[in-house]
Parts: sequence; C-alpha cells; structure tokens
Amino acid sequence: MNHVVEIHNVGMKYQSLNGEITALDAIDFSVRDGEFVSIVGPSGCGKSTLLSIISGLVSATTGSVWLCGEKVTGTSPKIGYMLQKDHLFEWRTIYQNVILGLEIRKAATPEAKERALILLKTYGLYDFKDKYPNQLSGGMRQRVALIRTLVTDPQILLLDEPFSALDYQTRLMVNDDIYAIIKKENKTALLVTHDISESISMADRVILLSKRPGTVKNIYEVRLNCDKRTPLASREAPEFRHIFQEIWKGLDVHV
Amino acid sequence: MSNLEQKSSPCRANLAVISQEHQEYLRRAKMRKLWILFIQLLILVVALALWEICADAKIVDPFITSQPSRILNTIMRLYQEGVLFQHIGITCLEAVVGFVLGTLLGTIIAICLWWSEFLCKILEPYLVVINSLPKIALGPVFIVWIGAGPAAIIVMTLAISLIVTVLEVLNGFLAIDGDKIKLIQTFGGTKSQILTKVLLPASFPTIINALKINVGLSWVGVIVGEFLVSKAGLGYLIVYGGQVFKLDLVMTSVIILGIAATLMYQGVVLLEKLLVKNKL
Repeated sequence: MNHVVEIHNVGMKYQSLNGEITALDAIDFSVRDGEFVSIVGPSGCGKSTLLSIISGLVSATTGSVWLCGEKVTGTSPKIGYMLQKDHLFEWRTIYQNVILGLEIRKAATPEAKERALILLKTYGLYDFKDKYPNQLSGGMRQRVALIRTLVTDPQILLLDEPFSALDYQTRLMVNDDIYAIIKKENKTALLVTHDISESISMADRVILLSKRPGTVKNIYEVRLNCDKRTPLASREAPEFRHIFQEIWKGLDVHV
Repeated sequence: MSNLEQKSSPCRANLAVISQEHQEYLRRAKMRKLWILFIQLLILVVALALWEICADAKIVDPFITSQPSRILNTIMRLYQEGVLFQHIGITCLEAVVGFVLGTLLGTIIAICLWWSEFLCKILEPYLVVINSLPKIALGPVFIVWIGAGPAAIIVMTLAISLIVTVLEVLNGFLAIDGDKIKLIQTFGGTKSQILTKVLLPASFPTIINALKINVGLSWVGVIVGEFLVSKAGLGYLIVYGGQVFKLDLVMTSVIILGIAATLMYQGVVLLEKLLVKNKL
C-alpha cells in the first residue's frame, strides 16, 4: 500500500534563554493510506509537537516529512487538523463555522458550500445549521469541528487529543461517532492521545513514544477479534487487554 | 448518532402550567421593581423640594447654593438668548469626536502593537510612562501647539482616552486562546486573516467595554479642555460662572452635563444591545 505520510529522522530542538530542549529525536515511521494510527506517550514527550511538524505549522530541526511523496515545507490542503477543544467561534452560526476553512483558503465556491450542507445533512446537523455553538451539546460541537475539517477535503486527519475536553461518557460516544465518520469518509488519521484504551480502541497501529527527548520506543499492531470494528466493540475484544498491558509496560510509568 | 439532544431552553417548562406559587413569585418580583422605582423618584423629588424650600427660607444662601427654580430660570434665559443649544452642541460635538477618534485610533494602534511584537516590546516603557502621566498636565502644551480652540480640546480628550483604549484592546487581543489562532493557521491562514476572522470578532466585547470607559473619559477630557481654553461650551459656562460668582449658571451647566453624559453612555449601551443581540 501507498505511504501517505513518511517521517524520516525527524528531530526537534527548542531554543530558550535557559538553554536548549530536545523535544523529539530521530523519529522514523510511515502511515499507509486509509490507516488509523495512534501516538501515545508520557506527557511532555513531544506528541503534539510531532503533529505540528507534520502539519507544517512548525519546521523540524532535522529530518523531513513527506506527504504523498511531497516534502512538507508549509501548511498543506492535504492535512486536516483537529485541536483539543472544538474552538467553534461563538459569533458564527454552525454553518458559518463549518465553512471557516473554505473562507480562509478562498475556496468557498458554490459547490464547496453545497458539500458543507451535504455533510451537515449526513451527520444530523442540518437542523442546527443556523444555531450558534452555545446551543449545542459537547458531543455535537466536536462533530461540527470534524465537519469543519472535512469540508476542505483533506486526505490526512491529524487529531490532537480531540476528546480530552469531554467527560468520560460523552467521550466514549464521540469516539465511536468520530471514528465512524472518519472511516466513512475514507480518511487516513493520526491520533495523539495519552489515553491507552482510546489509542487501542480506534487504531490499526499504536506508536509509543519515549519520554523526552521523544523517540519511537515501540510500534504495536492492533489486531482484534470482533465482528464490526468500532471503538466501543474493540474494548470488548479479548486481545484488547493484552495490548493494553504491553503498552502499559512500555510506557514505564513511575509515580 | 444518538447524542442529538438539544439544550432545552429554561423557560419552556414554565410555559405549560403556571403554578400559584410561581404567580405569587412573579407578582412579588413586579411589586419590588415598582417599589424601587418609586423610592428612586421619591429621593429625587424630596431632594429638589428640600433644596428649593431651604433656599426660599434662607436656611441656605441661594447665592451660593443656587436653587431648582433659579436653575430652570437660567435654562429659560439661556434658551431665550439663543445660546443654550450652542453651548450644549459644541461640548457634545467635542466629546463625540474625541470619543470616536480615541476608540478608532486606540484600536488601530493596538492592532499595530499586536502585529509586531518587536514594536510592542520597544514601545512598552514609553506606554507605561504615558499611561502613568496625568494627561491634564499636557493641557498648556496643547494650547501652545494647537491654539486655544476646539481642536486643542479634542486633542486633550484624545490624550486622556487613547492610551487606556490601546492597553484595554491589546490585552483583549492577548487574552484570546492561542489555539483559536492555531486553528486559522492549520487552514493556512495569514496574519491578516487571523486579525479579521478571530481577533476582531473575539475582541468585540472588549472593544465595547473600552467604549463604555471612553465615554466617561471623553467628558473628563472635554471639560478639562474647556476649563483651560474655551470661549463656549458647558465647561466654559462652569468656569465663567465660577469666576463671576454666578452659581446658578454653574449648577445649571453641571446638571445639563450630567444629563448629556448619561445619554451618551446609554447610547453605547443601546449600540451594544443592537450589535450583540443575536449572539446569545
């Protein structure tokens, strides 16, 4: 299969007056087309930095990132980014929020706007399109945020702990919800999280980063025996526990 | 897709059946509101009446304290002389021009400082000094530079309100969640798009707040300016009245000033309501 994301020997150093911090060191991995990859690691291991580098928001100190064979030099329309909070703008309606990316890319053509409406319809938000974000529940807001990302039709989704601001029950629901949408739209996804269960339940592969400076410590294939792969069903699979134990050991958490 | 619940509006439950307790509660709330209004009016009427009676009975000297009937006479006299609205007009004009200019320039300068952090760092100590300086001290400088007239008064008003606006709006910009800006950047947005799509709309409440502060400051600027230089306006009437010991004129001007400043503040409140009514 094609590799849509290739990361070669990426390292990142932050400069400050108090010295130099090596956030990432010699990161190497690739992501196949349509694959869902989770990245877990202890806090401060540079997970989010890695996503920023892949998206082209930050340039790496060493190494290179390639998207579909093109070297990353700045932000790319191939990438859709989802942040920790939904960051819907409260002064815009749901529809206006959804087309934000189109406006910024100056791509708000009638066809693109039509696509936005179709996405809203498909995912049950059409009736809310003229409402304001504060009239929606947390789960719905996160779905709007995903649609806002999907409208610009990216190939690769970067999810930077997009569920961490939700309470546990909502989070399980939204996991399923977002997973279903990503699979239906055939997107490649890279999820950063510190929740081991979440990382296994959604991913085909889990990449474990070591603590600072972050390096790839191990890569776990997630092969589960369940009829239909959804995050909730995955948690029921017999292999889930074993993978969890392995990653837990690998994380090497000390209090 | 099962979590499609919409936050129910809190008033919907009450619409169905209004219980007796709720009726009673509403009645009391209304009574309370009427009482407050009644006592407010009572205070005004009693204060004016006492003032009038004490002055009439020579318990206080109306030459020094003036009295309501004399104030009304003064207003009538000014009106008949045809100068009442001229004085009010010039003062209001100066206040409005100073207020609008202060807000606009302040916001523009705040945008420049946000745009270039380097510039912001360079100017920081100067802003601190200018902000601390009592701007009234600059009055004579403005008169010499600009000449004794409305222009100097407007500059005085600007001097008082500008730096406050700059700092207020800039702090508003800096308080915006960095991830909102990152969101724009992930779509490949430029700095000017960050400004127009996030910063300005998100700072709207801050800017309205700055407007409210500026209304008060503009009046301070205008009156101080008129004290120093003017040949017309409410501030001029106050100073002139004080100099020739016409306390009627002073009191009249102060009262008109109070009404005008309140109206302008209420105007800003109304503007805020009109502009943000559909955002909640």
